[in-house]
Amino acid sequence: MNISNKIIENHGLKIEEFENIKKLLKREPNLLELGIFSAMWNEHCSYKSSRIHLKKLPTKGKQVIQGPGENAGVIDIGDNDAIVFKIESHNHPSYIEPYQGAATGVGGILRDVFTMGARPIALLNSIHFGSPEHAKTKSLLNGVVSGIGGYGNCIGIPTVAGETKFNETYNENILVNAMAVGHALKDKIFYSKAKGLNKSVVYVGSKTGRDGIHGASMASAEFDENSEEKKPTVQVGDPFTEKLLMEACLELMKDNSIISIQDMGAAGLTSSSVEMASKGGLGIELELEKIPCREENMTPYEIMLSESQERMLIILEDGKELEAKKIFDKWDLDFVVIGKTTKTNNLTLKYNNKTEGEIPIEALASKAPLYDRKWIKKKPKKIEINLKDLKKIKIEDALIKILSSPNHSNKSWITNQYDQSVMCDTALKSGSDAAIIRIHNKDKAIAVSVDSSANYCKSHPLTGGKQIVCENWRNLIAVGAKPLAITNCLNFGNPENKEIMGEFAECLEGIKEACEFLNYPVVSGNVSFYNGTNKKNIYPTPVIGGVGLIKKLKYPLNLNFKKENSILILIGKTFGHLEQSCFLKENYSLNEGMPPEINLLNEKNNGESLLKLINESFVLSCHDISSGGLITALAEMSINTEFGAKIQKPKKLTNLLRYFFGEDQARYVIEIEAINLSKVEKILKDNEVYYENIGHTQKEYFEIEGELKFSNKDLFKINNEWYNNY
Amino acid sequence: MKSTVIVFPGSNCDRDIAVALERMQFKNQMVWHKETTLPKSDLIVIPGGFSYGDYLRSGAIAGKSLIIDEVIKAAKSGCLILGICNGFQILTETGLLKGTLLRNKNLKFINKDIHIRVFNSNTKFTNKYKSNQILKINIAHNEGNYFTDVKHLEKLKSENLIAFRYCDEKGNINNNCNPNGSLDNIAGIFNDNKNILGMMPHPERMVDEMIANKDGVNLFSSLIN
Repeated sequence: MNISNKIIENHGLKIEEFENIKKLLKREPNLLELGIFSAMWNEHCSYKSSRIHLKKLPTKGKQVIQGPGENAGVIDIGDNDAIVFKIESHNHPSYIEPYQGAATGVGGILRDVFTMGARPIALLNSIHFGSPEHAKTKSLLNGVVSGIGGYGNCIGIPTVAGETKFNETYNENILVNAMAVGHALKDKIFYSKAKGLNKSVVYVGSKTGRDGIHGASMASAEFDENSEEKKPTVQVGDPFTEKLLMEACLELMKDNSIISIQDMGAAGLTSSSVEMASKGGLGIELELEKIPCREENMTPYEIMLSESQERMLIILEDGKELEAKKIFDKWDLDFVVIGKTTKTNNLTLKYNNKTEGEIPIEALASKAPLYDRKWIKKKPKKIEINLKDLKKIKIEDALIKILSSPNHSNKSWITNQYDQSVMCDTALKSGSDAAIIRIHNKDKAIAVSVDSSANYCKSHPLTGGKQIVCENWRNLIAVGAKPLAITNCLNFGNPENKEIMGEFAECLEGIKEACEFLNYPVVSGNVSFYNGTNKKNIYPTPVIGGVGLIKKLKYPLNLNFKKENSILILIGKTFGHLEQSCFLKENYSLNEGMPPEINLLNEKNNGESLLKLINESFVLSCHDISSGGLITALAEMSINTEFGAKIQKPKKLTNLLRYFFGEDQARYVIEIEAINLSKVEKILKDNEVYYENIGHTQKEYFEIEGELKFSNKDLFKINNEWYNNY
Repeated sequence: MKSTVIVFPGSNCDRDIAVALERMQFKNQMVWHKETTLPKSDLIVIPGGFSYGDYLRSGAIAGKSLIIDEVIKAAKSGCLILGICNGFQILTETGLLKGTLLRNKNLKFINKDIHIRVFNSNTKFTNKYKSNQILKINIAHNEGNYFTDVKHLEKLKSENLIAFRYCDEKGNINNNCNPNGSLDNIAGIFNDNKNILGMMPHPERMVDEMIANKDGVNLFSSLIN
């Protein structure tokens, strides 16, 4: 068959890339081979536009067992316990088919985690939708939330934390990022690197169907008005089969049968076999007629490019086939030896003994295109908002506006659809700064959180990049955990546009600086480009998922006020930075100017000093201050309890709106017993932390002296109305 | 006291219930659905989850599985049977308990802590609770909306076969505190002999103060009593 330019274009390849393929093969590829190149060389699998920049991220540290490049990152939490985690995007499929798109996003990330020998213990998600008024938003929200819940609930892994945001920038391109966290034994971690010649390559799990063919290529292109036609490229999830696959794999992993294991995710059998072979410096030969197929007459092309879910590829030690098969039989799953490792360094595809395709592994992996795309720095617009120019607003009304806004409303409408409690180790659920998951049968626990700040990243990508790392770090500190490492999901627009590429490069620089300073390495992640429709790109939206350790969980520290007459301390300095704030956005629809500055030195010192206070058990409740400023944080600490706060106005003459709504960074509110005040102050002073005593707790009311007074019940009502009426 | 937990493909609260039982000093054993004999035990638990993916109808396929004939035999000879969540759905599918569990009235999966009131504290399962005691307990289901015919409902009431009903934190029973639309706020029922209990809420999730509360503990200590 002659490969026309149209066929090349349909495979998402550029003509220059096709010329390159011919050079690598020293001949023209056939259609099967072209399909395989297209699956491996697309942005989603090859990271061709991002690799150069990703290399700059800090990925090492004493706590790191495995950094990026494997199915997931692995960190050490002591006593032979390891945590395996990763975040991944499923944006494009979720926009086309929200339920299945989101569900298979969860399924895919879970496989990445249990492939490494970890039992998944928590799921998180970061989901971004367009404006609530947009015609599609409601059904997309409904579909995505049901899909996330449908998969996680059925497989029985608690969905414990997440974020849901609305912004018109996502009107035509929503974001669905799913993160999974698992627990493994440090000496029982499984990798994807193949080893040894003539070893059996085994296919396990679901049968292969025609679903999801070219899904990864779809995820590497912008949408247009014909995107609906791409529905057949979205995969269909089956959490029940995944549960069986997970249990079967974990059972097989108990002994020493597995040399390497890799899940079939994006680009299915193609990418899993190529990755295993390329990491091991080997060749791999597959006999495609042996693949268990769901449909009749599937061609080698369809088999190799199918993205059917719930499948794995395993390379077994010699003579272990029978024992291994028994386990998969028990779980009613297919188990078929479909090929072997070879010394040819080629991917060899046979069908009924006829060679249908043969490609050097390195042409698909290390020789994949690498682009140093042009990018330009963002010119910051240093606009300072003068409050005198704006219509006057009462603090009270501004607070109501924020607490009742879609982005700040209570999200129990969503989180009640997720099983957060299954596995019985969730010590702190959604609605907190971070979730706390106890390690089964142990005293220790981990804290997990996902965060993003697209507005900050849009206005100043470098600062935004630093800010999200810091905010994530702060969220873990606020529940008493020592932050250990992160995974990131980098959602951006079209990388061929130099401004977008600039946003990417600068956000990454910011992430790098913050991670280096905080000793908070990146151990896994995913890049999603081409988020946009018809040349309209989304705001740069890197999402950070962090994991921290609580060595001994004494009580889960949360943000709800605990007592009457406790002292409230504001940690960190307040400057009153309002540009890019939630206050200006919700009340004046303004989003101009620079995001708040990040001072990494203060960030680190404030956080680490607070952790000392928490470890000494001085802190009754704690909340980090982020979007909405100090007043929003205090209101949130009151809403779900019988205790409120009585706050004094700042002693120094300051604009009250700036003081209460400013989004200066590195700040927290803590509640402590009056009797401990001097001890707490001593620790803060010894560590040179700036702090202010701002008031005390009281029963039932949230009050700022001489300014406003709300009953907690009213706050609750204000905060809970939006979702229920949407 | 010996207990057996039946594990179906897709069960996902099997470990949780086993942990709770062992914590309460039961000698527990897990039994795979393909088995055709049951070990001798005083209590059989059918755990929560999505047995066989809940395909066809929740609990329907599990209700026809190999091991279930043995469970039915054991039930008829008086062995104590506890079905939680999917386990309750399975018990209605086998006919060991009457009625059925429809989709939640809001058509969504619901996971949250709610309140239930103990309606009969004079059974093997509930004797450690006070009569009318209010429990705060976790629910997590898509099909928990209990329904039965008028005659059976009358019988449930007159023979004191309702174990728990959904209520508010003060114990009031009304529509506002009915999370899933269950008939008469029913959260759990007994069979005629009161040796079988089916309930939608998860007592095994309420045995550890660090994670939740201990309102589920007395269900297990009642059984040991």
